[in-house]
Amino acid sequence: MERELDLVIVGGGPAGLTAYIYAARARLKTVLVERLSPGGQVLVTDWVENYPGFPEGISGAELMEKFSAHARTLGLEPILDEAVGLTVDGELRLVHLASGRILVAPTVIVATGASPKKLGVPGEAELTGKGVSYCATCDGPFFRDEVIAVVGGGNTAVQESLFLTRFVRKIYLIHRRDQLRATKILQERALDHPKIEFLWNTVVTEILGQEKVEGVRIKNVKTGEEEVLQVGGIFIFIGIKPQTEWLDGVLAVDEGGFIVTDSEMRTSLPGVFAAGDVRAKACRQIVTAAGDGATAAYMAEHYLAERRKT
Amino acid sequence: MAVCQVTDQNFEQEVLQSDIPVLVDFWAAWCGPCRAIAPVIEELAEEYQGKLKVCKLNVDENPVTPGKYGIRAIPTLIFFKNGQPVESITGAVAKSTIEAVISKVLGA
Repeated sequence: MERELDLVIVGGGPAGLTAYIYAARARLKTVLVERLSPGGQVLVTDWVENYPGFPEGISGAELMEKFSAHARTLGLEPILDEAVGLTVDGELRLVHLASGRILVAPTVIVATGASPKKLGVPGEAELTGKGVSYCATCDGPFFRDEVIAVVGGGNTAVQESLFLTRFVRKIYLIHRRDQLRATKILQERALDHPKIEFLWNTVVTEILGQEKVEGVRIKNVKTGEEEVLQVGGIFIFIGIKPQTEWLDGVLAVDEGGFIVTDSEMRTSLPGVFAAGDVRAKACRQIVTAAGDGATAAYMAEHYLAERRKT
Repeated sequence: MAVCQVTDQNFEQEVLQSDIPVLVDFWAAWCGPCRAIAPVIEELAEEYQGKLKVCKLNVDENPVTPGKYGIRAIPTLIFFKNGQPVESITGAVAKSTIEAVISKVLGA
């Protein structure tokens, strides 16, 4: 058991790193736990062009390096470990780590983010890393001059498809609805792109192949018609699921598993705040995650000050 | 022992002919999750010194070896024992997940 911490931040994406910056400047004794090195989901984003202050855009990895560098100037030394549980001991909150270490503080900010949702079809798990991918920047270059499928219709699916056109010969963009959800500027670019063919009202029912992906079975949801597409890869961008399993029901969550907070990032458990993609909210962006992180750190500071008065 | 850098040229000698099991991290500079996992790989190289050799292979500079092992995603970690691939992990995962596989590889 380690004592005398003010705040434990779990997660080192934009929300966690921003919370660290605010907490460190408030002179809270703070530690940040991250299972990898800081950066979060943004690390897999090829190009960020909606974060203010970068009019030409910036790569996700570079932006996160700047967030980390900023936090390091304030003393950040991330604990490379995975949080596996949150428990309560009176006024104290205990964050249990995979290594067996336990971090104890009156306040905790949960900023564990989210991870890509799986399709849940036969062949997906077996062929992950063999043509099934959830990261275009990681795996795109392995599909040079091939025909591939992308599944999804939101910002990520469309943005990553546009990125993949640099490498591949052709993309089938498979979407279960008859229009995209992605922001208009991205839609315009994708709809005009000669390498992207849209398959509307269509779902993937099976991923085919033995050693590697050789095709996907698709189904038109309007007509029920089935077809096999010959593709060498399938990139899946159908949304995210929150990384909240480790909390094991300690905090109130919504039906999707996202942590419910008030507008000040307070969760159902006093002293515990949530920030970023892990939180139930409408808009999940780097800039809103950073905003959540700042608010959570500010509220943690207030919580600690109130506690000292009593 | 620091992480060793392997290439298409020395893969046979450094990995396949190694006396102890080898963990090879297939990575590239443009891969964000590869950067994220790098500090974990370095920690493992220190902690398992003498028991497990930890190497990195840049897939951009060395296309032959990734092709041979069917790499279609990075980061991919492949464990080699007596010249044979015995376990693999795709994607940036937590240190504890990698350690579980290391125990299996070293224990078997």
